[in-house]
Amino acid sequence: MKCHFPRTLFRSVALAAGLAIAGSAAATENIRMMIPANPGGGWDTTGRELGKAMLAAGAVKNIQYDNKGGAAGAIGLAQFVSASKGDPNALMMGGMVMVGGLIQNKSAVTLDQVTPVARLTSEYEVIVVPANSPIKDMKDLMAKFKANPGSISWGGGSAGGTDHILAGLLAREVGVEPGKVNYVPFKGGGEAVAAIIGGHVSVGVSGLSEFAQHVQSGKMRALAVSSAAKIGNIPSLKEQGYNVELANWRGIFGAPGISKDQQAALVKAVEAATKNASWAETLKKQDWTAYWLAGDEYGAFIKDETKRIGDILAGLNLGKK
Amino acid sequence: MDIWAQLINGFAVALTAQNLMWALLGVTLGTAVGVLPGVGPAVTVALLLPITTKVDASGALIMFAGIYYGAMYGGSTTSILLNTPGESATIVTAMEGNQMARRGRAGPALATSAIGSFIAGTIATIGLTFLSPLVVELGLKFGPPEYFALMVVAFTTVSSVLGNSTLRGMTSLALGLAIGLVGIDNQTGQARFSYGVPQLLDGIEVVTIAVGLFAVGETIYNASKMSQVKETLERMSGSIWMKADDWKRSWKPWIRGTLIGFPFGSIPAGGAEIPTFLSYAIEKKLSRNPEEFGSGAIEGVAGPEAANNASSTGAMVPLLTLGLPTSATAAILLSAFQQYGLQPGPMLFEANSALVWGLIASFYVGNVMLLVLNLPMVGLWVKLLEIPKPQLYAGILVFATMGVYGMRQSPFDVFLLYGVGLAGFLMRRFGFPAAPVIVGMILGPLAEEQMRRALAISQGSPMIFFTHPISAALLALAVTVILAPWLWRRFGPARRRS
Repeated sequence: MKCHFPRTLFRSVALAAGLAIAGSAAATENIRMMIPANPGGGWDTTGRELGKAMLAAGAVKNIQYDNKGGAAGAIGLAQFVSASKGDPNALMMGGMVMVGGLIQNKSAVTLDQVTPVARLTSEYEVIVVPANSPIKDMKDLMAKFKANPGSISWGGGSAGGTDHILAGLLAREVGVEPGKVNYVPFKGGGEAVAAIIGGHVSVGVSGLSEFAQHVQSGKMRALAVSSAAKIGNIPSLKEQGYNVELANWRGIFGAPGISKDQQAALVKAVEAATKNASWAETLKKQDWTAYWLAGDEYGAFIKDETKRIGDILAGLNLGKK
Repeated sequence: MDIWAQLINGFAVALTAQNLMWALLGVTLGTAVGVLPGVGPAVTVALLLPITTKVDASGALIMFAGIYYGAMYGGSTTSILLNTPGESATIVTAMEGNQMARRGRAGPALATSAIGSFIAGTIATIGLTFLSPLVVELGLKFGPPEYFALMVVAFTTVSSVLGNSTLRGMTSLALGLAIGLVGIDNQTGQARFSYGVPQLLDGIEVVTIAVGLFAVGETIYNASKMSQVKETLERMSGSIWMKADDWKRSWKPWIRGTLIGFPFGSIPAGGAEIPTFLSYAIEKKLSRNPEEFGSGAIEGVAGPEAANNASSTGAMVPLLTLGLPTSATAAILLSAFQQYGLQPGPMLFEANSALVWGLIASFYVGNVMLLVLNLPMVGLWVKLLEIPKPQLYAGILVFATMGVYGMRQSPFDVFLLYGVGLAGFLMRRFGFPAAPVIVGMILGPLAEEQMRRALAISQGSPMIFFTHPISAALLALAVTVILAPWLWRRFGPARRRS
């Protein structure tokens, strides 16, 4: 730790000189990152890997992570909005799941309240079954699902999230009323993995990164991915005749009420991280696609996305409870 | 046996001078972190993650693991001395341990907690070494219906903390269940009982309520009586070490606590709170002096402390064998593995055998270090209680406030803490026990969530709890626990007469 310190200090000083704004350099010294999901899930991995890249790029000196899971990130967002107001050193992970969750929950706190920093990655969903499941393939699954929708329990993340939306889209595609999807929400990724490997739900839906290692180790069998084309040797839904495509994006936000300069400093720090070799390695390792969009353009994207997902949820009757 | 050879290789890794130093550094830091309020092991490991660029994988992971279980030792110290549990797993320790400290038995309380932690840590590490594949298979058999049944069993332990008046105890329990409902519901995302207060959307932290009821409530209560009663200091009376009788009363709870804690820690959604409650209830049932419980029974410290430590070692089972983190600290350990490009899971044992077994061997070493480190400290810690009462209670308030603020950096929580403290004073004044509030708060939301998941899977049929063998067995156990004392009273003496 001691021998590491001077170098980091030197880097921060160099960064300060580079920016020529003393205030914004101080703004990225010690970052606190809110991860609004329990440990082990997709936001958790993205946030911690981004943090690692920010450290590797010398954009920040220190990062602390707060995990606060549940309700599609609304719980973490609520805390972030209330506890970090005006804090130029606070970041929060988020993404499409949160957009859907907030609409569905009629949340009092919204993504309008936080400051957009950058959209980072997109990832595709994978549909899996436990290794010893009697379900052979996607056709088999859909046949059983059509025959008795309730008999297939879908395990995934929070209600109204990407996983839930994908199950709903598939239902609509094969002519099952989406409201009949028997969806079992878990907090964060880790708990869902245990329930799927243990065979407690029929099907698991989640991002590829959350399940990839378990598919590799043979504890889960992958039936389909939600991209247009196959990923690795997992065929896409489209290739198997189901016209469903869904990308799950993830991005990062700053605290409410920070200045334009502070927002720019955060964008700069995150951008430096995404240009670092460590981030490129992460994207490769996790099978994520870079999906960069920064600042106010990202804010505009979120507004569009909020409307698009709101329409999907209303169409799927997922908004009603 | 193959495991022996690998374990011996592991010790060869763990016992190098360099790795011994990392282990010592880790457990020392961990103990310090555990004693200080507001700084958890997760944050500490996260802060130290950058050293992974300088230190080799074995050294860094050995140190991180040391911080993790070192903090479990340290956490009990403030619970016993100051009644300020820094995390929910040491709430039970605070209940009984602080009562011992008040009666001048802080020394034996700290000693039984340190030795119990050592024994639990060591036995659990043996379990981790030899039973991991087995335990992990068992753990995966636990789905929502099994977890719900487990919660029902845990609820039967409530009776052991209800106190003298069942009505008052149940009132406290209901209060705890109600507080547990506050916040956004995970299954539907709807806010419950938050009354538009955004800070309440997060729910209320158990530790805030526990510290408020125990530490702040007690302080106000004592302050209110200060002017009337002549000050009697609870100075140390008798030896600070455990007497023969203490040993006799401690060793069985240590073992039982370990046997409860380890499996709980190893199942993916087990946690550390429920085994401490279960251990406490069992010790009270089995004790020859149950009347001492609530006023400083050593069994009530020995058992739960062992359960707490065994469960923290148990949490290593799903982490190492499946790559499943079951706590915030485990998740950060997982990311430390990933910093080195290592993916915990069955492959890790084959691909990086020296590292995994070195880490497991370091658990044995670290537990010995913690015992050696903590036992001599007992003498020093108990000196804390020689501080005059007003200053001591002022100190407790400072620590309680720091700890609660440190958790979320939310001023709202501090106001809440003092509000709860005032409520705690009134409860104490009118004879309502505080412990059932905590039990209700922890178990209520867990039971609700798992029950609703189970019912979703079964499409609304409650039969799922009876058709699953593990769930059915656990429910039968719960019924037995509830009915057995009644049946015994009803038929037991009658049979003896005839």
